[in-house]
Amino acid sequence: MDFEDTSLPGLGVRREIILASGRRVGVVILRDGTMQLIISQRDDPDACAASIPLSVEEAGAIGAMLGAPQLVTQLSDQHRDLPGVNTQQFVLSHESPYVNQTLGDTHLRTRTSTSVVAISRSGKVFPSPTPGFELNAGDVLIIVGTSAGLEKAAHLINNG
Amino acid sequence: MHGTALILIELGAVFLGLGLLGRLAAKFGMTPVPLYLVGGLLFGSGGMINLEGISEFGEIASEIGVILLLLMLGLEYTARELVTGLKSSWLAGVVDLVLNFAPGAALALFMGWGFVGALVLGGVTYVSSSGIIAKVLSDLGRLGNRETPVVLSILVLEDLAMAIYLPVLTATLAGLSFWGGLRTVGVAMATITLVLLAALRFGPQISRLIHSSDQENFLLKLIGAALLVAGLASAMHVSAAVGAFMLGIAISGSTAHSATKVLEPLRDLFAAMFFVVFGLNTDPTTIPAVLPLAILLAVVTSLTKVATGAWAAKRAGIGIPGRVRAGVALIARGEFSIVIAGLAVASGAVTGELAALATAYVLLLAVFGPIAARFAEHLSRPFLPKRSPSPDAAI
Repeated sequence: MDFEDTSLPGLGVRREIILASGRRVGVVILRDGTMQLIISQRDDPDACAASIPLSVEEAGAIGAMLGAPQLVTQLSDQHRDLPGVNTQQFVLSHESPYVNQTLGDTHLRTRTSTSVVAISRSGKVFPSPTPGFELNAGDVLIIVGTSAGLEKAAHLINNG
Repeated sequence: MHGTALILIELGAVFLGLGLLGRLAAKFGMTPVPLYLVGGLLFGSGGMINLEGISEFGEIASEIGVILLLLMLGLEYTARELVTGLKSSWLAGVVDLVLNFAPGAALALFMGWGFVGALVLGGVTYVSSSGIIAKVLSDLGRLGNRETPVVLSILVLEDLAMAIYLPVLTATLAGLSFWGGLRTVGVAMATITLVLLAALRFGPQISRLIHSSDQENFLLKLIGAALLVAGLASAMHVSAAVGAFMLGIAISGSTAHSATKVLEPLRDLFAAMFFVVFGLNTDPTTIPAVLPLAILLAVVTSLTKVATGAWAAKRAGIGIPGRVRAGVALIARGEFSIVIAGLAVASGAVTGELAALATAYVLLLAVFGPIAARFAEHLSRPFLPKRSPSPDAAI
């Protein structure tokens, strides 16, 4: 799917996609790097129902949130032939003790027998992260394991 | 009291007063420009208190204010945006010029202010305030709207037109002969073309020359370059402001962004001084006499701006509510109308009546424009297509 870019002279760029329903969804990227999430109005497609200012982290988190399910679906499809193996995504919250720590610091594999197959950040996917990968708040961790292991992993990520 | 002490006290009182007025303006979500003008009117010749000591400093400060206003305007645009804007919406620019220059020029001729007066007042009614409008669109959450690029490209063309208009104006005000004026305009056009080409090709190099990671160093280089270019332009009768505008265009990318950050407080200070000095030089007792004319001019040129915006939006395939929004957004006049009137008054080539009219006119539309933009939404509601309520989305 292609983005449609429209220049806003003196201010920045409007980047959007037109949904199957006809609604416009996108962002206004201002010169100073800040972004606004825009969603067009239903009865007046020229106007916006919402334009919400986002910080860089917030924009990244939304991107990861929207992008991760697609990855999870793909992985789950691949694991369909392996009974008992599930894929799930977890968002690293601000309160998590592992913010700004490396993936290795979580000792996830040793403690829960699950493994992180990818990390999605700001709409970008980092496949097969190494133990040295530094975690940020808002990162989406895509983890493969048994149901019980995944439950333990969820607890570990949030509470250490 | 000796001279310097008096000047310091007067300057301090003026800036403090402006700061308080600015706070009041922010409370109502309006631009401080009209309040600065009112402040200037109150303290100027014929006003409540006569500020004598700061006139010399005020003149220079307001000149620097205009240079910084135009430099920052140039920084906002990249050469590519200007060229694209020129290519894609020149027709809207022409319609805008014809519809909005004519009422002011016609009134000036009717009043017997001659060709110079017509040139000045036409310019005052022509140019919308890109500063006020950009802020209003952003405050009202309209940056993502489809009609917004239409509005912005009209503003771009107006600002570019200023680069030709201001040299013509300076030449005319200086009383240059027809050939002298033509030479000036020729120089201006050649400079603009050259700067645009240079900025397109060597933008990064020019920016690198000015750029410095050290803030102090950067500021000195920027201000130095701006004043030098403005002075040279002025010496060639091309208008100091246009020189600064061109320099702003030539600086691009991240350098332009950091330059904006560094210059903003200085611009605010000196531009405030410019508006006050303009107000100071206008006798407030002359305003009531021209007020009916100012109101008439404001009404007519509001309608012509709405027509301009609506026409341009229609051409871009925007629906009726969007056309109304685009047209109404363009109503606000502000800083550049005052820059034009200020140039005219400083030259002494126009009557004081014209200055009073321009002041009253800008006061009216700088306040009314943003308010109208806010209410355009409600105004256009009846034009929305009726739809049967569907459960899929509430907004």
